[in-house]
Amino acid sequence: MIFWIITILTLVTAAQLMKAAQLSRKISNKKEEDISDSANNWNALGLGLFVTGMLGSVVYMLIKYGNGLLPEAASEHGQQIDFLFNLNWIIVFAVFFLVNGALFIFAIIYRGKEGKKAYYFAHDNRLEMIWTVIPAAVLAVIIILGLRTWNDITSAPSDSTKVVEVFGEQFSWTVRYSGEDNKLGYADYKLINGKNPLGVVTPATIELGISEMDKTIDKLHSRLVSDSTGTVMFSEAKVHEMRSRMEKFMRIKERIIKMKNHYTAEKLVVANDDFYTKSELHLVVGQEYQFIFRAKDVMHSAYFPHFRAQMNVVPGQRTKFKFKPIITTKEMRITRDNPDFNYALLCNKICGESHSNMKMIVVVETQEEFDVWKKDNTKKAIAQK
Amino acid sequence: MSAHAHAHHKESFITKYIFSQDHKMIGKQFLITAIFMAIVGVFLSVLFRVQLGWPGESNSFLNMFLGDTWAPDGIMHRGMYLGLVTIHGTIMVFFVLTGGLSGTFSNLLIPMQIGARDMASGFLNMLSYWMFLLSSVLMIFSLFLETGPANGGWTIYPPLSVFEEAISGSGMGMTMWLTSMTIFVASSLIGSLNYIVTVLNLRTKGMKMTRMPLTIWAFFVTAIIGVLSFPVLVSAVVLMLMDRLLGTSFYISDVIVGGEMMEQSGGSPILYEHLFWFLGHPEVYIILLPALGLTSEIVSTNARKPIFGYRAMIGSILAIAFLSFIVWGHHMFITGMNPFLGGVFVFTTLLIAIPSAVKVFNYITTLWKGNLRFTPAMLFSIGLVSSFITGGITGVILADSALDIQVHDTMFVVAHFHVVMGMSAILGMFAGVYHWFPKMYGRMMNTKLGFIHFWITLVSAYGVFLPMHFVGIGGAPRRYYDYSVYESFDGEQLEMIMDLNVIISIFAIIGAIGQIIFLYNFFYSIKNGQKAEQNPWRSNTLEWTTPVEHMHGNWPGDLPIVHRWPYDYSKPGADEDFIMQNVPLKDGEEEH
Repeated sequence: MIFWIITILTLVTAAQLMKAAQLSRKISNKKEEDISDSANNWNALGLGLFVTGMLGSVVYMLIKYGNGLLPEAASEHGQQIDFLFNLNWIIVFAVFFLVNGALFIFAIIYRGKEGKKAYYFAHDNRLEMIWTVIPAAVLAVIIILGLRTWNDITSAPSDSTKVVEVFGEQFSWTVRYSGEDNKLGYADYKLINGKNPLGVVTPATIELGISEMDKTIDKLHSRLVSDSTGTVMFSEAKVHEMRSRMEKFMRIKERIIKMKNHYTAEKLVVANDDFYTKSELHLVVGQEYQFIFRAKDVMHSAYFPHFRAQMNVVPGQRTKFKFKPIITTKEMRITRDNPDFNYALLCNKICGESHSNMKMIVVVETQEEFDVWKKDNTKKAIAQK
Repeated sequence: MSAHAHAHHKESFITKYIFSQDHKMIGKQFLITAIFMAIVGVFLSVLFRVQLGWPGESNSFLNMFLGDTWAPDGIMHRGMYLGLVTIHGTIMVFFVLTGGLSGTFSNLLIPMQIGARDMASGFLNMLSYWMFLLSSVLMIFSLFLETGPANGGWTIYPPLSVFEEAISGSGMGMTMWLTSMTIFVASSLIGSLNYIVTVLNLRTKGMKMTRMPLTIWAFFVTAIIGVLSFPVLVSAVVLMLMDRLLGTSFYISDVIVGGEMMEQSGGSPILYEHLFWFLGHPEVYIILLPALGLTSEIVSTNARKPIFGYRAMIGSILAIAFLSFIVWGHHMFITGMNPFLGGVFVFTTLLIAIPSAVKVFNYITTLWKGNLRFTPAMLFSIGLVSSFITGGITGVILADSALDIQVHDTMFVVAHFHVVMGMSAILGMFAGVYHWFPKMYGRMMNTKLGFIHFWITLVSAYGVFLPMHFVGIGGAPRRYYDYSVYESFDGEQLEMIMDLNVIISIFAIIGAIGQIIFLYNFFYSIKNGQKAEQNPWRSNTLEWTTPVEHMHGNWPGDLPIVHRWPYDYSKPGADEDFIMQNVPLKDGEEEH
């Protein structure tokens, strides 16, 4: 209702303004294309007010929200990023204020006046040179500093790094720790089922995979048989679809059986000390982590805003990112003066209807606290199955 | 040479208004279609801005337009929210700012400004429009499907866009999206080829390439970019259709979707991203360059000064066009692409800032010591330069891969590209409409209403997008239905996001309502505006030598002959402050 009222009111206003404008044009005997000095002055005044307001509002928001209210980076490389960010902001804001300022100031100063003649000034190679070289020099600085930080962040992890897997699916995260050997056990999507949510490869999970596949095939088979015994009627298309699905699962089953030969004995034990959890991601402060990302269904993106870390999670391949948390959750709660503060892991690549609910709490703590948490029964060891 | 044979041709209603092969009519058809698409696109954005500003609040406005299926009890359905975002992006990027902007002004201005009777092929030109219309209808129609429109984001990354089980819009909605886009690309290609051929072959006597107005340079280079990049989108779309329909695995590998284990293996979603952004990035310049071209002409005319650095402007258009093909990887810094390759893309991307900076400084110098006439078109052009600056410099942050880690896919990106591409191009398009309206309809739009429209548009556009940068830096991802997820992390953060989102939504609604004034002015002036003179802006280019009443072949007599560049404004020694391109040089007068 409000919508229609506003729309109609605006239309009526526009019509009335049009009438008034046409009337005044008739009286003053002016044409639409004649822009009077007073119109130029009014619009110049508008431009002045506008640029003041716009630049002022940016300053206001900078003071009020600063770094988007995100606390200081809680990771080592994050501090580097923040430094680079601030440096770039100085350049960006200088350009923003100066160039926008110049544009509007020129527009205001050189507003048209009856009888004034513009200055014929077609080109000047020296000026062109100046504003090619200066941006180039500034950009060179930005590129060099940026690439240095980028190379640091993406360099190979140190020897003391710990490997952790982050697994994304619609709409939750699972994390798997690599255990004592600091190696993640092998994984294959064909082995994913209710009891093996990450598809980890061990002799037991291969058998489990085969039996789960058998169950699926049997279920399809019995539905097909029930059709032939006359209890249920399926259309021919449906029968065809069920047959081809059954064949597909049989082929997948064959491939799972082949995995037995493919994985040697030493490959099959790597997963034994792994453990995983869906509840929280716990990290030890001061420990570097190499994260390996895997997805089950569609693309996700693991976004840790407080650590200035992000990496896409792509089905069919593994991506990685490393960082070292340096501020514990407890310390950050004190700095933020907020006992409920938590570090976040969000999904930042559209992944379905509940995309905006896909999250996990990240806890940074001391080694002792981590060991206590590890004993907790919410985590599941791979070997226990 | 006598007048063109077509000039005396009797036309029926159908050949004149519907299946017209006249470039002026086709340009107007593009414009009207684009205005309609823009109304839809902007309206969709108002719907999801209502959701973002006041999430979870029952709103009869949403229920009125989305019905009980998509907004039961006035609360927006999550899938529909994503659908609105997706279709808003698609419509604005492709249908309004590619088809609408290039289609309208390339068609209207290329033949008239280079002194040609019409496009090289009138028939292909007509075909281009009708395919554009067909694709528009399909895209709009997909909004009404039972399972909703495509809703995997306008970039339609697989596997989300391949499997209906992953999101409902990837069923029929995505099929229609892909079909519509394929037809759209065909339309764009036919149009672009026509523009290139026309510019190369049909210039009138004396119209050297270095005497062409910058508008024509912009349209010409845009068409070349389009011809080289759009086919890659088609290939991406065709591979996706095969993955969807034939079970191939170009983009799919080892997935379990909706509980169903898929057999496809060995493909890579990253391949799609490469193909998509190989078009996607040049697309930004396909949108921007025509707007900048229009602005060059308008700024020069209304400053009563030659555009500063004409050759440097052409050089930067060419440099931007070339570089636009080797920067696409900056959309993919954090896809797991080799970090070294990322570094290369950082370098090439930041290089683009140089020709862009040259253009900006040249515009500003054109204003210097001018005699600025603030027509609505001039004001919109100044707005364009401002938003090009504001949006361009935040690009420096995003192009820096180390910084992109933090802001990638957040609302900061949304704010950046809306300012630099969306806002600039829309302001440029408005400038073009106000400036060339007399050439299109033989009448003038009302100036006072134009002023009001400009101020509402500029203030609300900045009001929407400046705060949005802060939302993004604050860690708010894009394509989120709401930010309630921050409840478990940081209440203060959530509060800031919510405060700013309310401000953004209010400005968005004001801005949308303000466009009603434009629509009224536009449609009212077609019939009732003041009758236009032949050269109302006292401009130099050839389109202002054609008669006000449209005619086939554009000029009643011989084609005009060009003697000078198009920017002889306030030339010393001349009686008037403009000299049209078809005026011969005086004795001893230097060209420029």
